[in-house]
Amino acid sequence: MQTAMRRTPLFATHQKLGARMVPFAGWTMPVQYTKVINEHRAVRSTAGLFDLSHMGEFEICGAQALAFLNFALTNDAGKLEPGTAQYTLIPYTDGTIVDDAILYRLDDRYLLVVNASNVEKDLDWLQHQALGFPTAEIRDVSAETTLIAIQGPFSEAVLQPMTDADLKALGYYHAVETRVCGVPALLARTGYTGEDGFEIFATPGDATHVWHTVLTAGEPLGLTPVGLAARDTLRLEAKMALYGHEISDQTNPIEAGLGWAVSLDKGDFVGREALEREKRLGPARKLIGFEMIERGVPRAEQPIFKDGAHVGFVTSGTYSPTLDKPIGLGYVPARFSRQETEIDILIRDRPVRARVVRTPFYKRERGANT
Amino acid sequence: MNPEDCRYTHEHEWVRVDGELATVGITHHAQDQLGDVVYVDLPEVGATFNQNQPFGSIDSVKTASDLFSPISGEVVEVNGTLVNDPAIVNADPFGEGWMIRVRQSDPAEIDSLMTADQYAEYTREA
Repeated sequence: MQTAMRRTPLFATHQKLGARMVPFAGWTMPVQYTKVINEHRAVRSTAGLFDLSHMGEFEICGAQALAFLNFALTNDAGKLEPGTAQYTLIPYTDGTIVDDAILYRLDDRYLLVVNASNVEKDLDWLQHQALGFPTAEIRDVSAETTLIAIQGPFSEAVLQPMTDADLKALGYYHAVETRVCGVPALLARTGYTGEDGFEIFATPGDATHVWHTVLTAGEPLGLTPVGLAARDTLRLEAKMALYGHEISDQTNPIEAGLGWAVSLDKGDFVGREALEREKRLGPARKLIGFEMIERGVPRAEQPIFKDGAHVGFVTSGTYSPTLDKPIGLGYVPARFSRQETEIDILIRDRPVRARVVRTPFYKRERGANT
Repeated sequence: MNPEDCRYTHEHEWVRVDGELATVGITHHAQDQLGDVVYVDLPEVGATFNQNQPFGSIDSVKTASDLFSPISGEVVEVNGTLVNDPAIVNADPFGEGWMIRVRQSDPAEIDSLMTADQYAEYTREA
């Protein structure tokens, strides 16, 4: 039986903009509107507008909300003040990863934003973990939530006239419940591109209004709609993990370089024993970034060789529009993870020389609160 | 859109025969589907290929694809400008974006390939 692809409230808008639509995680999503490289560069130099309405959102509330979240997630939710957010992971008992997520603490509830491809799996898993917390309530609000992101150095200038919130005072990984374009929204200074920017959570009925208002106001400054293809190259340059690639139910946060999002200072939590051991002993393999020495573009799942031996695999690879060269991420044994180590990527059955480099590949210059 | 003097493969290569030499590239439809071409890997002069055998590869930002030889023969020239300026494939796929010139070993193979009309029909269905 074929399941119909779901459409975001902005489906018709994307079509009118001439987007190429592709199936993604059960949704029909814009992969590009014009040229991927142009969309990528717009985000790095001016600003880009993204429809992320396919992503999943869970509200968690009740007296045991914090206790539950600190049990089911790796990061310490107790450190969150109202109006702040943190990157976190949903771990399995063996320390591997159900999903990664952003957890927002609001005045009266928490909001957990998860990957579109994992919504049902996450919800099942979290509800199971919540059995020991009878007064913690999880509600899937994905269908009532539309998510539009504006990312890039001009994001604040574009958005400030459209909201009463003082964006200068809204720090990175902070969020405020306010009005945007005249409609109620949760406005967060978060993103997945390596740039300053904002994510606007609103109701689906307001999606086209917000999209058109922001785009019309921002276009003179260079704001451009951006599809999934550039979203992927942007996050890869910033070395942000993508579920199913850098992280999965076969990898743990420590080897993925996400140990900073695993808090061993809090009480017991799912996967704690495994992750504590992994942290103490050090991971056998590590996620590395690499550049090509010889010509070739690395791609996910290609084998990595060292001195003729198969030692690892590529998790993501692409041509980097910002660096104007091919880049990749992959897992290798920890002893080969040092910068400048030479490795070979097996591209089309041919070993192509590459070099381990410092990551992220791209890092923006940070403003006072960005 | 698809030149009448070319023949076409199901993998979206074109071949244009001029005497005993045949020029090979990818179609407008192919470059449009790939998007921004960032890398083209071509064989050395002197390499030989059978019909439908991969002779190289092409990468866009999004994806990588094999290039399949529409005909059998020996490579007598490669378009070296694509190494430093692969975007020519997007700009002019049937002209400056050509990839290899081949001395055909079996000129009759051409008849097994699609005509411009047939290829237009094929891409409409796909």
